[in-house]
Amino acid sequence: MNRFKDSEHLLRVVGVFLVGVTLFLCLRAWFVPKSFGEFGHYRGDSLAEIAALPIIHAGHETCETCHTDVLEVKKAGKHANVNCEACHGPQAKHADDPGSVKPLLPDTSVLCARCHEASSAKPKWFPAVITAEHSMGMPCNTCHTSHSPKIQGDKK
Amino acid sequence: MNMSRRFFITLTGAAGIAWEHVLAGTPEISPNYKITDHWWAMLIDVDKCIGCGNCVRACAAENNVPEGFFRTWIERYQDDEHIQDPLVDSPNGGMNGFLPRAAGTGLTGNGVKEFFVPKLCNHCADSPCTQVCPVGATFTTPDGVVLIDEKYCLGCRYCVQACPYGCRYIHPEKNVAQKCTLCYHRITKGLTTACCEACPTGSRQLADLKNPNDPIHEFMKKHSVQVLKPQMATGAKVYYANLDGSVR
Repeated sequence: MNRFKDSEHLLRVVGVFLVGVTLFLCLRAWFVPKSFGEFGHYRGDSLAEIAALPIIHAGHETCETCHTDVLEVKKAGKHANVNCEACHGPQAKHADDPGSVKPLLPDTSVLCARCHEASSAKPKWFPAVITAEHSMGMPCNTCHTSHSPKIQGDKK
Repeated sequence: MNMSRRFFITLTGAAGIAWEHVLAGTPEISPNYKITDHWWAMLIDVDKCIGCGNCVRACAAENNVPEGFFRTWIERYQDDEHIQDPLVDSPNGGMNGFLPRAAGTGLTGNGVKEFFVPKLCNHCADSPCTQVCPVGATFTTPDGVVLIDEKYCLGCRYCVQACPYGCRYIHPEKNVAQKCTLCYHRITKGLTTACCEACPTGSRQLADLKNPNDPIHEFMKKHSVQVLKPQMATGAKVYYANLDGSVR
């Protein structure tokens, strides 16, 4: 022990330093979430948390498992590639519980115009009308069927 | 002797902490989803966008976006042969579609063209927004989606300023940054994003660049495709077909 007689005060400082480092490591382990750094400089668990958010739009595959009749009508018409929820809105709640949650039927005089109202910015290939002149506020499904809108014998 | 005991206690403490880190394990996202098998992107065909606002409404419903803020929005451009700055408007993000411009407010002339451009987070591979985050609250996932950890976000707004595309906003009540998640909760379960689901013309297409059978590869071979602000080298992964040079 004689050897350390002159440097004993230094050892004390080293001891205090080591206690400090230990304390820092303990606090760091306590405060930094376990998954931090799993994929990078962020909390890895947040990926699973974001992935677990609720689904609001069921997706057309889900709709088509039950509504096969509509799918057949749609397939034959111009709206074949328009997904169900594009017009009917988010329906995951209805898909989860079809018995009690019934979707409202959209008002076609408003709904169809969202896409088919004429506008100079719309691409030229897209079929559009000035609804005020074309239907004068009448619901579009007076003449057209929404799922296959072409009128039989019509040129367009 | 006293010293070595102190050392021993220090060492065992540190070793215990290290061991706990090893034992922590990895959380699972979805049993059939392998995070390294995907590299998500989006393809937008400007010529197919009709400005109906379906994507904006679907996004707001799917992600509970506060009113007046947008994770995706549609801009209407009016450009006069690049002679002057294009006229851009986006009333309420294009959520309710676009009324004709008020008389006298638009550009006039023979060379004027008009079109819609849907916008969203570009999920950049070298994103400026994630680089500035001081706390590691925003990041690019191994499958190429830029996300925000709302539990970690301080709301310091650095990322909002850093995004060259203006895709981020601060949630007015939660006071954290938010943005498009590319519907991470849907794409990890095999669904497409809400905006792609609701797009009636197929202008938007979710794409997985790591999937060799994804139609995006065929599309990119046959069409001219551009990203927004390529000069910023952000590695943007929202690819635009038929994009006009006036779009910024």
